[in-house]
Amino acid sequence: MPSAIDFRNVVKTFAKKNGELQSVLNGVSFSIPAGKTTVIAGGSGQGKSVTLKLVLGLMQADAGQVFVHDQDITRARGREMERLRTQFGVLFQGSALFDSLTVFENVALPLRERTEKSEAEIKTLVEGALAQFELSGHEEKYPAQLSGGMQKRVGLARAMQLKPSIMLFDEPTTGLDPVMTREIYHLFARTQAEFGFTSVIVSHDIPKIFNLADQVIILNNGEMDVFGSPEEIQWSEKPHIQEFVKMTMGDIYQSHLVEK
Amino acid sequence: MNGNPIIKLGNTGVYIVTDLGKMAVFMLKAFRGVFRHPFRMKELIRQVHFIGVGSLAVIFFTAASTGMVLGLQGYYSLNKFGAEGMLGSAVSLTLIMELGPVLTALMVAGRAGSAMCAELGIMRISEQIDALDCMAIDPFRYFITPKFLAALISVPLLTAVFDVVGIAGGYVAGVGLMGVSPGAYIQGMQSSVTNHDIQLGIIKSFVFALLVVWICTGRGYFVREIRGAGFGAESVSRVTTQAVVLSSISVLIFDYLLTAVLL
Repeated sequence: MPSAIDFRNVVKTFAKKNGELQSVLNGVSFSIPAGKTTVIAGGSGQGKSVTLKLVLGLMQADAGQVFVHDQDITRARGREMERLRTQFGVLFQGSALFDSLTVFENVALPLRERTEKSEAEIKTLVEGALAQFELSGHEEKYPAQLSGGMQKRVGLARAMQLKPSIMLFDEPTTGLDPVMTREIYHLFARTQAEFGFTSVIVSHDIPKIFNLADQVIILNNGEMDVFGSPEEIQWSEKPHIQEFVKMTMGDIYQSHLVEK
Repeated sequence: MNGNPIIKLGNTGVYIVTDLGKMAVFMLKAFRGVFRHPFRMKELIRQVHFIGVGSLAVIFFTAASTGMVLGLQGYYSLNKFGAEGMLGSAVSLTLIMELGPVLTALMVAGRAGSAMCAELGIMRISEQIDALDCMAIDPFRYFITPKFLAALISVPLLTAVFDVVGIAGGYVAGVGLMGVSPGAYIQGMQSSVTNHDIQLGIIKSFVFALLVVWICTGRGYFVREIRGAGFGAESVSRVTTQAVVLSSISVLIFDYLLTAVLL
């Protein structure tokens, strides 16, 4: 299977307040298959967001390489970096909508800045996207006037405008109620089926998020474990994985019993 | 080992050099943004309106009161030597060469600089700047370059307004209240102010504008990387205070340096 993202021996350390070095990624290697959904899970401070930032080139690795469609993003600069980044769509933890722009302007921004499309074409595209994400009628509102779930949908609509081949989701359901969470998951499944992008989801929402996963990566103390399915995680004999399973999934978990 | 003062000193040194380096690159990128397509004219106009037109009232009041105080104070001092005829030249030279550029820059730092720093800081902590980067939209071209250019356009113009209003304030206090001859006030000003004095004032206002916009936007942009700033809303408030204090102090230091070199 072709891979969309490849981590090769990536090392990332941070200096703690007392000057000691803490290694967040300790020479990890893994692949994220194209067109599939990979969930990255792990406790707080285990480097989930760091992993996303490395993929996006927002942070530099201390050693190792990160390949995006076989191109090394750790070496990319300037225009090369811009070109690589146009392949990504990102839904940030706090949606990261521009609070001085309306919903319409937020979704239109990538089209206005990155394409040569006319205002009329942009209007059609943005209105179509807003309708698709059930946001029609909210065009003139500002992000602060929207609920958390609506902000996520605007963020998703904006991220999808340039037809990315890889979508990255940073804690997409944090702060949402269970109903909204389920709605967002349905939206993911639907949009991925429609557009066929590679999807990488960083999430705390275990075990529900595993419904979406084709592959699960668990981060723990700078090491990474890759699993093909939620069941595989339970079969693992590593003590820290067993501990993780017990804490997050309960003693018995079978994905086919969970409501889809 | 971290208690070792030499290591601490070394760390601080490395931090300062790194910080200065990042700020230097930040300024270069801001100017490079001018040449990146498409240039955002509307944003530039919006920023000129914010920094320039928005600061007019505060500049007007500061200039009027400064000019009037100079008028009274100058009259009091000059009168002791029977030289109150020199009031016009004293007031206008002080304003054009020193107080106009300095006070304008301080006012702009307090009013617009703090707002720019807080805006960028909030955009940084709410990941809006990361979002621009991820959409491959250069944040410099998008909204930092227009702020730089707007400050370089607005601050010298505000300084000119400050000078004119201040000189008029001095006239009101000196001529209107203390009875200095109007002819002497105007004549004194015309005969003593040279082109060189005005040039000095203009150069100062450009340098101060650059210092204020550079420090205020830079601190906001790097809000996460500033030592001791903390996190979240608190970091933005601390960094904003730091930016205003730092830009005000730099304006005063550069005022001395420029005066010493160019006078």
